Amino acid sequence: MADEKKSKRVLLAKPGLDGHDRGVKVVARALRDAGMEVIYLGLHQTPEQIVQAAIEEDAEVVGLSSLAGAHMTIFTKLIELLRERGAPDIKVMGGGIIPDEDIAELERMGVVRLFTPGTQTSEIVDFVQRMGPGLER
Amino acid sequence: MDASEYKEEKARWLRESYSSSPEEEGPFMTVSSEPVEPLYGPGDIEDLSYESDLSFPGEFPYTRGIRGNMYRGRPWTMRQFSGFGTAKETNQRYKFLLEHGQTGLSVAFDMPSIMGLDSDDPLSEGEVGRCGVAIDSVKDMEELFDGIPLDNITTSMTTNAPASIMLSFYLVTGERQGAAFADMGGTIQNDILKEYIAQKSWIFPPKPSLRIITDVMRFCASEVPRWNTISISGYHIREAGSTAAQELAFTLADGIAYVQAGVDAGIDVDDFAPRLSFFFNSHIDFFEEIAKYRAARRIWARVMKERFGAKKEESLLLRFHTQTAGCSLTAQQPENNIVRTAFEGLAAVLGGTQSLHTNSMDEVLALPTEKAVEIALRTQQVMAYETGVRNTIDPLAGSYFVEHLTNRLEEQALQYFDEIEAEGGVLEAIDKGYFQRRIADSAYRYQMEIEKGERAVVGVNRFANEGERLDIELLRIEPSVEREQVARVQELRRERNQAAVEVAGAELRRRAEGTDNLMPAILDCVRAHMTLGEIVLVMKEVFGEYRERPLF
Repeated sequence: MADEKKSKRVLLAKPGLDGHDRGVKVVARALRDAGMEVIYLGLHQTPEQIVQAAIEEDAEVVGLSSLAGAHMTIFTKLIELLRERGAPDIKVMGGGIIPDEDIAELERMGVVRLFTPGTQTSEIVDFVQRMGPGLER
Repeated sequence: MDASEYKEEKARWLRESYSSSPEEEGPFMTVSSEPVEPLYGPGDIEDLSYESDLSFPGEFPYTRGIRGNMYRGRPWTMRQFSGFGTAKETNQRYKFLLEHGQTGLSVAFDMPSIMGLDSDDPLSEGEVGRCGVAIDSVKDMEELFDGIPLDNITTSMTTNAPASIMLSFYLVTGERQGAAFADMGGTIQNDILKEYIAQKSWIFPPKPSLRIITDVMRFCASEVPRWNTISISGYHIREAGSTAAQELAFTLADGIAYVQAGVDAGIDVDDFAPRLSFFFNSHIDFFEEIAKYRAARRIWARVMKERFGAKKEESLLLRFHTQTAGCSLTAQQPENNIVRTAFEGLAAVLGGTQSLHTNSMDEVLALPTEKAVEIALRTQQVMAYETGVRNTIDPLAGSYFVEHLTNRLEEQALQYFDEIEAEGGVLEAIDKGYFQRRIADSAYRYQMEIEKGERAVVGVNRFANEGERLDIELLRIEPSVEREQVARVQELRRERNQAAVEVAGAELRRRAEGTDNLMPAILDCVRAHMTLGEIVLVMKEVFGEYRERPLF
């Protein structure tokens, strides 16, 4: 039913204090080169700022890069806020340095996918393209 | 056989001997995507002059090394970057490393401390002690160096935007131990330009940040003469995805900008240049890295002499620390990282580094365990004491390939210098996104090469193990660390003399608004037990905050 190749609006951001943005920028460019509309918010974003922007920008997907170990705090807040602001249908994905046990926990909380080191951008592009309403994983 | 005969013969050799079997794989290129010929010979270095391009170790232009006797005098300093959790835990790790043969200390701070925030700042939530040690005040710094006399060891601190404050915490800690500033040696990274370009841990905008840096240079020149006031860095630029040539060029361009800033601030170049130091990456492409370090020394010596007219020999010396490339390590089959790190460490040593950090195998995933960091340290010790690399200086000099690469990297760096000049200099170029765009382009190209199968990453896109599960122990930082640290800093604020804090803070603000050197005022704030975040706040109120225009 959904046109899977329709250009998705993806908002990417780096939450928290960490400034290592090589990965998120490579992902941003790959998604853009694959025809998606990418909004890259940049660094040092709070969950509030990310949710605000996601709603304003009409993003369908929010992707966070987390490398410095603060992922549990950040993703939990983000998902809470999306629910509070009436935008629970915005899909949350992410990537970075996240231990397996935490991945399982975060997915239980509602994060649709977390990409770990060694993932190719083609896999991320593919995943986002195939995302549709009701497609949780 | 002279150079032109060689070229003819090489063409023949290519046709007859080289092409006798097909090339197995390609492309044959460095990790920076530079194409590499199958062979180098006399024709590739025909214009090389031993006298002017190489010379002798410890003699201009220092291509072969900055000291006359290099590692025959003493090995490079083994200086593992380290820090996690609270100061007490990190103090234990420092003692472990020193007992195991490390010869210098290097402090890794947590994200809040890097960004100038106290542990109880709302923005610090979830981040305290996670990627380094939490330092909120001089009391934490005292705990960090408990039992470690600061006039008996040198310490490098990876701190940038708040470096003036971290240095002050360190100096007052030494003072309280009974050490004199003049006997304390070490380094603060304090390289704000590369923050805007690559590491992204800024606080204030560029101009006030440069003012802070020149204040530190001037203060240390007279009060802390053994202190390296900047560690002009390429490591982070490379980690962000740049090529070797970009790392070399952008780092030295930043260095030139700092020298100019010092000169513009009215400090004699020979008064501060001897205490500038550098910090490079050692990536996995062995020969390219060795050539890079040699080119760096030669370029810097010439720039300092010819452009800045430095007279003292110490002003011409590019002294550097090296860290092996974090970005070359893999989460898959982490034991392979021990091997990568060994090769990268070897390149740094063959390139003449003054000090070295070797990564631990688990650092893709977490801060290092004791076991992992011990292996990393032993790697350096095996190199220093078993492989023979210290027996002779600059052993690869004269290699057709290495000299060709050294020349080539120097050429490329000089081209970048011209481009940066054309942009209006480093600050302008930063503002226009010149560096950031090139780094992002190189990073993307590198990733695409991997995905197209043009570049192998062992264990990831070649020789991967199906269904691999991680089976090494990882260091975990407990959430109690944050609670403990928050309690500590709040207790410190309750117990100190509030009047002293106000006086010190006011004097700092006065100096920030004017032109008097900030350092004496920061030291007084530190002695009054002002916290990192509080001191930064005074400075933020005067200097403002930097905002980046994100590009990808």
